[in-house]
Amino acid sequence: MSFLQKLLKSGTFVVTAEVGPPKGCERSVIEKKCRELFDYVDAVNVTDNQTAIVRLSSFASSLIARECGVEPVMQMVCRDRNRIALQSDFLGACALGIENFLCLTGDHQSMGNHPHSKNVFDIDSIQLLQILSDLRDKKVFQNGEAVKGEIRAFLGAGENPFADPMEFRVYRLAKKIEAGAQFIQTQAVFDLEPFARFMEEVRAMKLHERAFILAGVIPVKSLNAIRYMQSEVPGLVIPPFLVERMEKARDPKEEGIAMCVEIIEAVKKIEGVRGVHIMAIAWESVVPEIVVRSGLYPRPKRG
Amino acid sequence: MIVGERKPLSIVIENLSPWRKILVLGCGTCVTVCMSGGEKEAQEVAAILRLRGFQARALTIERQCEMEFNRKFAEEINREEVVLSLACGIGVQILSDLFPQKPIFPGVNTTFMGAPIVQGLWEERCSGCGDCIVHLFGNICPVTRCAKSLLNGPCGGSQKGKCEVKPERDCAWQLIYDRMREQGRLEELLRIHPPKDWSSSRYGGQRKMLREDVYL
Repeated sequence: MSFLQKLLKSGTFVVTAEVGPPKGCERSVIEKKCRELFDYVDAVNVTDNQTAIVRLSSFASSLIARECGVEPVMQMVCRDRNRIALQSDFLGACALGIENFLCLTGDHQSMGNHPHSKNVFDIDSIQLLQILSDLRDKKVFQNGEAVKGEIRAFLGAGENPFADPMEFRVYRLAKKIEAGAQFIQTQAVFDLEPFARFMEEVRAMKLHERAFILAGVIPVKSLNAIRYMQSEVPGLVIPPFLVERMEKARDPKEEGIAMCVEIIEAVKKIEGVRGVHIMAIAWESVVPEIVVRSGLYPRPKRG
Repeated sequence: MIVGERKPLSIVIENLSPWRKILVLGCGTCVTVCMSGGEKEAQEVAAILRLRGFQARALTIERQCEMEFNRKFAEEINREEVVLSLACGIGVQILSDLFPQKPIFPGVNTTFMGAPIVQGLWEERCSGCGDCIVHLFGNICPVTRCAKSLLNGPCGGSQKGKCEVKPERDCAWQLIYDRMREQGRLEELLRIHPPKDWSSSRYGGQRKMLREDVYL
């Protein structure tokens, strides 16, 4: 069982953070980020060519993180690989000791830096969850053929409580859990009210008893950053009062950290939220301060 | 119907530049309806080519995608050096199968299988996957109309009914949700749709259909 799964099972409020691989082959970039995060998080999410920008692969970066002593959550997206490649890479990762996987459909290639490429989308995230859980539990490939060996995998998915149609989001989450998601990392929470409502729906369907839900948060570095996220980043919903707060801030970085800490403290109190996932994109160095100020430090010792 | 749009004139002229005598061949079917390769457009293109120094004349065949319609015009087609076909990609190839010695250039970019929605607007509706499942999705095809072809959507980028990939495009899954709600069938969306069998789609290579009962 992975360290992350053990902690969640034991009832620990977990902390994960995002580690974006570099646009190049320097492993030192990942090593540095992992060193910064080592003491402050329980696992790191290693993104898979996020926003469709080509980067060092999630698979290789996950191994580097593991070598640094930080447990990776290897992200897998369906944009670039079909069911053949996804199953194969999953088996490869299992063989090399990666135990946490996050199944995502993936950002469309037109949003990235190779917009002229073809996409794959042979399967979607829910089908990927189903395929990986069947490999592990039923010991069969997607085609029904037997797979050899013990697979130990803790499977996760994302979910965006703030996308439309809002009334369907919780049902889609239920589908993900039904398909095999054991943990969920949500899109970044900025507006607490709709998130609390979503969690109410989650509890009404008892989904929080079937999967560990980690609330996503993003620390905002500047006024420009929050404006950009509000207008340009699909799937993010940022209430105007938070933008105003950044406008008025004397020290925007400090305000961004304070905002993030407040959100963490608030989601911590929501029944069914079992941890936070900090997505400090290109600002990983702020994670320790956020963890400390949210009262989540020290983290449990790794076994 | 097949929807196509006119190839940029600069590219057409560049392709034709080694030649002098051009037959601009319109098609009377789909590309006439979408106003990109019918008789009117063939006449227009021929006139432009003449202004650019080509010897161009226009002719329109009712259906370039069917051999027998093209055969009737063998003499006229053979008379010119090259043909600029304003048919869809199917017409261009069928014509070339029939006149293999003749250089034939496409004058239209075939864009999709779709329909006119309002005057001047055409939208894609079908990808020809070979295994129609639209009835499961309120008759809105997720394979074609969702940018990620999600069978278990909507993704996290659906916002106010629009697609994250192109904000002017409707989110197919919002449309599916609304249509299924209208029909009182939302429960059906709770079903997990398994991976699709793509072997009937173009991923299996060129497809053929043989009907033994009518085959000669």
